[in-house]
Amino acid sequence: MPQLDPTFFGTQLFWLAVSFIVLYLLMSRLAIPRIGGVLKQREDKIQGDLETAQRLKEETKSVIAAYEKALADARGEAQALARQTSDAANAESAQRQQEVSDRIARELAEAEKRIAAARSEAMANVRVMAAEVAQSAFARLTGSPADAGRVKVAVDAALKGGS
Amino acid sequence: MAGPLEQFKIKPLIELPSIGGIDISYTNSALWMTIAVVVVMLFLMLGTRQRALVPGRWQSMAEMTYEFVNNMLTDQAGSGGKPFFPFVFTLFMFILAGNLLGMVPYSFTFTSHIIVTFGLAFVVFIGVTIIGFIRHGAHFLSFFVPKGVPAVMLILLVPIEILSYLIRPVSLSIRLFANMMAGHTMLKVFAGFVVGLGVLGGWAPLALNVVLTGFEILVALLQTYVFAVLTCIYLNDALHMEH
Repeated sequence: MPQLDPTFFGTQLFWLAVSFIVLYLLMSRLAIPRIGGVLKQREDKIQGDLETAQRLKEETKSVIAAYEKALADARGEAQALARQTSDAANAESAQRQQEVSDRIARELAEAEKRIAAARSEAMANVRVMAAEVAQSAFARLTGSPADAGRVKVAVDAALKGGS
Repeated sequence: MAGPLEQFKIKPLIELPSIGGIDISYTNSALWMTIAVVVVMLFLMLGTRQRALVPGRWQSMAEMTYEFVNNMLTDQAGSGGKPFFPFVFTLFMFILAGNLLGMVPYSFTFTSHIIVTFGLAFVVFIGVTIIGFIRHGAHFLSFFVPKGVPAVMLILLVPIEILSYLIRPVSLSIRLFANMMAGHTMLKVFAGFVVGLGVLGGWAPLALNVVLTGFEILVALLQTYVFAVLTCIYLNDALHMEH
């Protein structure tokens, strides 16, 4: 078995040491830093991207919150405004109504007053006419002129009882 | 036709003067170690030359081997094993390249030589022992004293513990060497049958050789992993002194 021949033990160990040390130096100086650097770089990149995504997500969240807050504020404001407007409108219409009903009441009172005046005037006319009719009817029936004063009293009494 | 063990023969390629009585001629074994160093560096450096954020296939493979060894080390030895990652990664890549280059026809498998695997295992053994003593001082010797055992039993158990510790580099090196050698010898034996049985009968051992080649690649990967994982476990013992 050539493996057990000690003739070449020395050279094999020597060249094993040389090649292994050379490989170790090359690996530790060149290959390992490079591959390790590439892996580190990738890890950093992924980590950075994840962090950016997280930050953007939080930013989005805060923007949405701000938007919703603005929306709620605007809605509240709009409601307040609407309420205010409707209150004002209600007040105005109530006032208008009041004015209108006042005017109607005033006009009604005036009209009643006019009606009453017209009525009393008419009644006065009726009295005079009734007295004249009664006088002339008395004269026609009796042939003698009626006493104007007694006729007037009688007419008044009759009108009072009739009314 | 060459015998099955012919492939393990060391052939000096460049004669060099010996240093301190040790012959350091550049042999086919040294040549394939050099090729392994070059191949490993080309694989890792060319694959990652673009440093792409989204890796291509080659860069993925380089990164995967890196992360595979890194995870193995962290799983076995915890974060305390981090400083030894360059060594473990170098060891892993060196053995992996040696095993896989050995599958190339007409190549030489330097990991099929006990002296090479023993050299690697011995470095691991000595390194781990030194780390243990640096970390824990003389307290590291308590590693050989099992806890919760009656004092009488210790007379028997401590020598066993010490022996099992000392046998580590031997078992580590023989496991790799024997696996590589056995597989390659078997391939060669069946290849000899192909020639011996000729065109008529040679197909059966040829088919078997195809299967064995696939199996051998599996063994090459597996034994690399076993060697590296045991190194990590020994390292963990030295760092944390846990049984």
